[in-house]
Amino acid sequence: MSTTTSALGGVIRRKEDPALIRGRGRYVDDIKRTGELAAAFVRSPFANARINSIDVSAATAMAGVHAVYTIDDVRHLGPLIAQVPVGKLRPLLADGAVKHVGEAVAMVVADNRYIAQDAVDAIFVDYEPLEAVVDLKDAASDRVKVHDDLDSNVLLAWVGHEWWADVIAVEDPRPKIEEAKQRDDAVIVELEMVNQRLIPVAIEPRSVVASWNEGYERFEVYSSSQIPHALGGAIAKTFGLASNAVHVRAPEVGGGFGCKLNVYPDEILVCFASMRLHRPVRFTETRRESAVSTIQGRGWVATATLTGTPDGRILGYELRALTDMGAYSQNFTVAIPLLGLWVSAGQYDIPAYFEAKCVVTNTQTTDAYRGAGRPEALYYIERMIDAYAREIGMDPAEVRRKNYWKNDQFPAVNNTGLAIDSGDYETNLDKLLEMADYEGLKRMQAEARAEGRYIGIGLSTYLEICGFGPSVLSEIGFGWNNYGLPSSFSGSGLVRVNPDGSATVIIGTGPSGQGHETTWAQIASSVLGITTDKIRVSHGDTAESPMGVGTFGSRSAAVDGTATYEAAVKVRDKAAEIAAHLMEAAPEDIRFADGGAHVVGTPGRVVTWEEIADVAYRPHRGPDGLDAGLEAHAVFSPGNATWPFGSHIAVVEVDPETGNVEFLRYIGIDDCGNVINPMIVDGQVHGGIAQGVGQALFEEAIYDDAGNLLSGSLIDYPIPTAGDLPSFELGRTVTPTDVNPMGVKGIGEAGTIGSAQTIVNAVVDALAPLGVKHIDMPLRPRKVWQAIQDARG
Amino acid sequence: MTVNGKAVSGSVEPRTLLVHFLREDLLLTGTHVGCESGYCGACTIHLDGVPTKSCMVLAAQADGCDVTTIEGLAKNGDLHPVQEGFWERHGLQCGFCTPGMIMSAAGILAENGSPTEAEIRHGLEGNLCRCTGYHNIVRAVEYAAAKMRGEEPAPPEWETDLV
Repeated sequence: MSTTTSALGGVIRRKEDPALIRGRGRYVDDIKRTGELAAAFVRSPFANARINSIDVSAATAMAGVHAVYTIDDVRHLGPLIAQVPVGKLRPLLADGAVKHVGEAVAMVVADNRYIAQDAVDAIFVDYEPLEAVVDLKDAASDRVKVHDDLDSNVLLAWVGHEWWADVIAVEDPRPKIEEAKQRDDAVIVELEMVNQRLIPVAIEPRSVVASWNEGYERFEVYSSSQIPHALGGAIAKTFGLASNAVHVRAPEVGGGFGCKLNVYPDEILVCFASMRLHRPVRFTETRRESAVSTIQGRGWVATATLTGTPDGRILGYELRALTDMGAYSQNFTVAIPLLGLWVSAGQYDIPAYFEAKCVVTNTQTTDAYRGAGRPEALYYIERMIDAYAREIGMDPAEVRRKNYWKNDQFPAVNNTGLAIDSGDYETNLDKLLEMADYEGLKRMQAEARAEGRYIGIGLSTYLEICGFGPSVLSEIGFGWNNYGLPSSFSGSGLVRVNPDGSATVIIGTGPSGQGHETTWAQIASSVLGITTDKIRVSHGDTAESPMGVGTFGSRSAAVDGTATYEAAVKVRDKAAEIAAHLMEAAPEDIRFADGGAHVVGTPGRVVTWEEIADVAYRPHRGPDGLDAGLEAHAVFSPGNATWPFGSHIAVVEVDPETGNVEFLRYIGIDDCGNVINPMIVDGQVHGGIAQGVGQALFEEAIYDDAGNLLSGSLIDYPIPTAGDLPSFELGRTVTPTDVNPMGVKGIGEAGTIGSAQTIVNAVVDALAPLGVKHIDMPLRPRKVWQAIQDARG
Repeated sequence: MTVNGKAVSGSVEPRTLLVHFLREDLLLTGTHVGCESGYCGACTIHLDGVPTKSCMVLAAQADGCDVTTIEGLAKNGDLHPVQEGFWERHGLQCGFCTPGMIMSAAGILAENGSPTEAEIRHGLEGNLCRCTGYHNIVRAVEYAAAKMRGEEPAPPEWETDLV
């Protein structure tokens, strides 16, 4: 049976927007509960200290203060549950010691936030400061241990060929690489590079309001979360409740980028306070607080070694990294480098060795930040390809082309034993070079150099892994098992045609700007032929939606989107039976389009969805044995992840007097398989690139030796402004995946994974005539200027 | 003060910020708080016609002023051209910075009906967006500028609209 698929691949204006552009969207902090109280936290000014005493008496006595809690009040709840509990779990409030600046020590609950903050200032904590360890190499040496009860600051090492040795056998690539190094003509390039700490900076600070409903013995929680079901599970498990006794809603969420892909102590503590005080309790973080109380990302120091022939054939690539976990393990923490491991060899069919040691330090926890492990991995390999190309005097595009997986090799099993679903890397690269007019750019650069200008052309291609599954990864932690919800990262979707012929789609995702209400309406419309204006999409509500994983890892369209597609097919099949009955035809001859059903070949006679629904909800009018109702639920568990890819070029000019980097052009060709809404896909790429630009040029979470975060406000942690960025020139190639029936891969993180190294490659290319080989991010003017001075001697 | 054309009054603590008065007392929650320090611009409103960050103004300072918030920008149910531009050109994703961004953009166009791309970008430097990379925000403002001049906006960069 066929159907119209016209709504897939087309552009419709977003269904989300009418509320948002009028200021009528509802974010957590816009949703007020009757009688709600406000929470605020005492936070540690020390990165490592013993707590001798906490005096809350003055705060407790203040008018308008309802309670002050310390660990003594909540120790019985245990530490914060982590999905991957490797390392030290975070106590809900500091338990005799603090391990990073910003760690929550005490919680005040008051009539409003102003009073709560006054009370925070009235709490006296007697700290005994201890030496902190911040530098990764220093921490890895165990000279100073972060936690007395851990054997070492090094929690574990991920190794590319043995990350899941029990199940996936992969050959150790090192003998081959060592052999290559012994060749007479071996070219060996080595660089140590920092992939710096970043602060996610969602523009909406995290916010949560919880209410314990005593009569119904149920929590009602609104939280700015990417993972409402996981949060509900964590709350239920913490308080010994069934998961259906916690109703979590994530309404509009103002940006996530991974920082809301976590369960936080404040989310548990507002529940606790509400239960104690019989009032709703809210916590909304301030911006400065967000910098130390919400997870950070990246923080890798690595040595990369590339061995190749003089004519561009790569014979070995090795990456040895120290990766910063911060002080405590939260949701995924130690699992983030694993995502980098899987794409550590990029798009290349080469022997590759990968090793990442997970190291604890006296800093805020790290976890998923847009790309999560993959931008780091791609940064290293793509910087190295460039350095190698420069060393052998070959065009970097040609070096890449020479080492790509070829089209007839897919599915290609890479250096980590996983199979890359599909790819056509050369076509993608060729399209980029053509759109950028690569040869013309090189001529322009040569002319500019002759005039003494420093223009650089940076190229990077990238491979991504996303749309997780496969389901079997839940055996090593990819699921919400530790939150009391045994599951893999399967997607779910529920499609209902209502008695009036409108449709409702309910999904377990937790979007924060990705346009799910629009995209999912298009998916359902493509199957049912109901126009998108009659389809309403609902998400982020644990009571309403089937078990859902949330939104992260560029997974929602490929996994939950597929589940919705399959649920819609089930509804359509049932509707076809009804329509066949009404039109006295065979179900297999029924087609759906333009808001109704017709018999193939006779489009003039239409049974509307209202008529079909009328029968579905009054089954005595239908064929014998018809089940009442018109809805279906599907769970999709993918057999593989999906593997998007792409190629980007940045053209920059460096001002040698100031070190300032200016964009002349930025061109990207991305391949995310089939596209559901090109407008939304392009928008995701734009934003992704902007975050890569932020890392490449501006952003850095800077800790001093004592563990103080020196860049905790938006003035010293500058994210890109409109004036910092160019307009982007985008194109795409389409290489569908066979992992799911829509052939879609994922696009949320691609722009970020492809961009930072593109820009660094461009700046290094600009300064190549001076002999500059590398500058660590962020390439702020002073650093670039200094590199120029050093190169000039 | 006057807010969105209506006279309002209230009594507040001296330290109450204008943004909190708008959100908590008047329930105008379209104006968002992103940083409480004047950098992000999510709280931008018009104070006596001038785009102003309402987290940097005490409610008491706005006594007697004329305030327009995002809720007051559409007139008689008709979207302001900037609002329309944001919808037509995908100028928003999560939508959190959007009210402030729209208020600033409306301010730019009130002063300069034909801004260049560079002028639009410079004019929006006080408003941070983490989702869009500003690309489509610039397209949205260009759309609005054309509309306000009575011209046909440039076509979108993607395939033709279906609906």
